[in-house]
This record gives sequence, C-alpha cells and structure tokens, in this order.
Amino acid sequence: MSAFVLLELKDVHTHIGAYHILHGVNLQVPRGELTLLLGRNGAGKTTTLRTIMGLWQASQGTLNFNGHDMTHMTTPDIASLNIAYVPENMGIFSDLTVEENMLLAARKAARSNQMDAARLAWIFAMFPAVEKFWHHPAGKLSGGQKQMLAVARAMVEPRDLLIVDEPSKGLAPAIVQNMMEAFQKMKASGVTILLVEQNIHFAQQLGDSVAVMDNGRIIHAGSMAALSADPELQQSLLGLAL
Amino acid sequence: MIHLKTNLDLKPLLLVPVLALLALPLVGSFDTWLTLSVAGLAMGMIIFIMASGLTLVFGLMDVLNFGHGVFIALGAFVATSVLSGMVDWTQSQELWRNLVAVGAAMMVAMIAAAVIGLAFERFIVRPVYGQHLKQILITMGGMIIGEEIIKVIWGPLQIALPLPEAMRGSLLWGDASLEKYRLMAVVVGLIVFALQAWTLSQTKVGLLIRAGVQDREMVEALGYKIRRLFVGVFVVGSGLAGLGGVMWGLYQQNVVPQIGAQVNVLIFIVIIMGGLGSTGGALIGALLVGLMANYTGFLLPKLALFSNIALMAAILLWRPQGVYPVANR
Repeated sequence: MSAFVLLELKDVHTHIGAYHILHGVNLQVPRGELTLLLGRNGAGKTTTLRTIMGLWQASQGTLNFNGHDMTHMTTPDIASLNIAYVPENMGIFSDLTVEENMLLAARKAARSNQMDAARLAWIFAMFPAVEKFWHHPAGKLSGGQKQMLAVARAMVEPRDLLIVDEPSKGLAPAIVQNMMEAFQKMKASGVTILLVEQNIHFAQQLGDSVAVMDNGRIIHAGSMAALSADPELQQSLLGLAL
Repeated sequence: MIHLKTNLDLKPLLLVPVLALLALPLVGSFDTWLTLSVAGLAMGMIIFIMASGLTLVFGLMDVLNFGHGVFIALGAFVATSVLSGMVDWTQSQELWRNLVAVGAAMMVAMIAAAVIGLAFERFIVRPVYGQHLKQILITMGGMIIGEEIIKVIWGPLQIALPLPEAMRGSLLWGDASLEKYRLMAVVVGLIVFALQAWTLSQTKVGLLIRAGVQDREMVEALGYKIRRLFVGVFVVGSGLAGLGGVMWGLYQQNVVPQIGAQVNVLIFIVIIMGGLGSTGGALIGALLVGLMANYTGFLLPKLALFSNIALMAAILLWRPQGVYPVANR
C-alpha cells in the first residue's frame, strides 16, 4: 500500500446472512482526495461502507487503513483510527439535543465547554443551523438540518477520513449546494472523504476520483475528470451522460 | 453542562395525579385515601428501584433478562443475614442506629447483587446476545438455579425480616396513618431517581447510555465500546435490584426464595408500560402500579392483580410503545 493511498480494500467479500453481497471489492481511497462511490441501487455501495466501518464483517479479503490492518477490528476500534462515518439514515439521536449529539462525537470532551471552540466556529460557519438549534432536540430538525448536523457531528474533532452515505438524498437544492460547499471546505482542510452518492451532478462537482460499483464489485475506478470527459464510458457504466 | 431539553411529553406525568384523584371519591375518606396513596407511592418507588436497571438493560442491548428477580431475592436474603448480625443496632430505639444497620444491609446487598450480576452477564447473557428466545429460556433457567442456591444457603422456608425498632409504627397526620417505613421508602426511591436522572442528564456516561438506548450501532460508529457500557449498566442494574430486594423484603417483613419471581411480573408490567428503555417511563409505570395495587386492594381485593394487567392494557391501547417510547426503537 503506497503512502498516497489512505484506505485500501483488497478482494473484500461480505455476506449478510445467507446473501453474498460483496464479491471481491478492490478499492483505493487516495489521501487528501474526495473519492466517490457510484452505482445503481443495490450495487453494494452501502454494504461497502458498512464493511469498512466493521458494522458488517468481511468474510474474505483485507481492509487496510493508514498502515493498520482493520479487517478484523470492531467498529469502535475502527472509528478510533480517526474515521468518521455518516450513515444513510444520518444516525441522529432524536431524543438528544443538537449540543448533546455533537458532544457525543467529541470523544476527548466530557462536557460541552471542553469542545474545541475554534473548530466549532469553523463548523458553525459551514452549517449555521447547527448553532441556531444548539439547544433544540435533534428530532425536531428538518431533514436538511439533520443531514447538516450529521456531517457537522462527524467533523467535530479532526478526522483523517470522513465516510458519508448519500449526503444529498432527499434534500432541497439550496441545502445540497450548502452541503457541497461544506465538503469542498473540508477537503481543502486536508480531510480525505469517501462519498456514496446517487446525485450525479453533485458527484461530478465534488469528486477527484471515482469508483463505480455493480453487483457487489468495482467495475471502474479512475479520475472523475476522465469519466466526465468520456460520454461513452458514462453511458456504459451509469446508463447516462453527465 | 449538558442541557436536558428533550421532547418532554407532559401527558404521562399527569397519569399519576389523575389516578390518585380518580380514586379519592371511590375510597370516600380522605384520610384512608392518603394512607393508601403513601403506601402506593412507597410500593411504586421500590418497584422503580428494581425495574430501572432492567429497562436500561433492554434498551441498550435488546436483552430480555427474565432472571432479574434473582438479584432481588439475593438482596433480600443478604439483608436477613446482615440485619440478624446487627441485632443490637436494629433493636435500638435510636433511629440513626437503625439507619446504619439498614444502610449496611443495603450496601452489602447491592455489592453482592452487582458481583453476581457481573457473572450472570458474562456466563448467561453474553452467549445469547441478539437471540430473544434463548435469552428468555436461559435467564429464566438462571433464576431457577439462583433460587435453588438461595435455598441451599438460607433454607427453603420463609425468613422474617422485621423492621428495625424506630422504623416501625406510623406517623399520624390528621386521622391518616402514614407508616414510617413507607415514607422512608419514598425518600430512598426519590434519592435513587435523582441520582439516576443526574447521571443520565449531566454526565458523558449518561449521555452515552441515552444515545445507546436509541441507536447503539451509531454509538459504536462514534468510537465507543457499547458492550462495556452495557456490562456497567447490567452490574448497576443488578445492584439496584439488590437494593430493591432489601426494601421489598422490609416492606413485606419476610422473605421467601421465590420473592424475585413474584415481583418479576410487576417489574415487567412497569417497564412495558413505561416504554422499554425509558427510566422516566419506568418511574411513572411503577407509581401507577403501586397506587393501583393499593387502591384496588382496598376497594376490590379480588381484582388486585388483574387491575395492574388492565392498567397495562389501557396504557398500551393509548400508547402501544409505552408512555415514553424510546426514539428509533
């Protein structure tokens, strides 16, 4: 594994009960870049992310992160490698306040006033709703605000890798734009990002590298620029032109 | 400072005063009603102490522990041993000496129940995570074995657990007779509830417990080992069941090896009514059960047990997930 690659999956297979979902996934996530995982519904994108996080164990293959073999690690140990994860359902604790949701993710802080104030200010600048509804129950937020909270929570402390599953799903265009700007700022700060995304225009504007999945395998990996410039490849991989 | 600004729903809080006020005209006499109400609140508080750990155990790890009663029985029997060894203290007319004796019994009972709880979690519960049917069978089996061990140690017969001297008798308020021990039980229950509420709302561990009850997978994805948290909650819950066992034994003034199994039914009614995983719901459920048992025991004694089942059915018709359903469950 080269120093250029932060996360590498080699021949990863995942079974969920009797179902064989991933059939030998090979994926490299370059350090400091934003990698997009594209593919139709049921292609295995979410399963890949959950397998990376140890929420489902790989039945075969290896997962390596920043020099650590995490193939058999538990989810908390994987998260402790400085990986943040935002699931498709956002994983917001509805009965807790926005503040409490943020405090939970701040592993080094026992109380709210121990959270890094400068970092919070950076997050509030990206997601003003998080500051506005700081003392409100998270369950009362709108879908877009919840997604902002989920991403903000993931970044409450510096992380090496941010994994996000479909951040634009079901969001209004203005919120999607806000989210896109936030990811660009995070990338500029040096965070490596792995995104699953169905919104192809969102993906096109953000991605440095792209991997396309189908039937539990990576069927294409390369740069987003190359994919954007090749309509035939787009048609054959995604069934559409960007 | 963690702010506890959750979606506090006030309607369930009104159930307790509403039930008490509905009972007032049926009981007729205010003094009798007051006596019954204090007795009901005391009973409810003791049940809450026993039930609060169990509801969190279910909420955190989806574990159905039907063996919870064994910690109650253990606590009660340990109390008989501790208090019988402190006769000079329990027979003293001085309240502080009585409190020291009961306090010592509570402490030893809690430690014993917590230690046995740790072993119970490790050897009985852990192998059956995520398998409800096996959990029910093996934890009930664990309780039966526990009861048999209690019979081996303390014998199969009923053992008297008399109240210490200064805790006997009643205080008169008008014509209402308020038993001293029941008032004490209410105070202990309030202290336990206050400590739990403070821990859950003001500490990071409490925050993790509340979050884990809602979505344990996400708590793990944030980097916390929820199984360790669960073991901690299981041990504390077992210790609280031991404390509840001491209080229940003193409330009944005798103990039998089946004491835990007898109370288990009430505890499950309470945590189901409260909403599995909700300590606030468990408190309301316990107070309702305590009050209902005392009112119907006075008005319609033959319907005393049925009344709590009917109460649970009514609550579940209103809120099928309990008075405080836990989000994401």
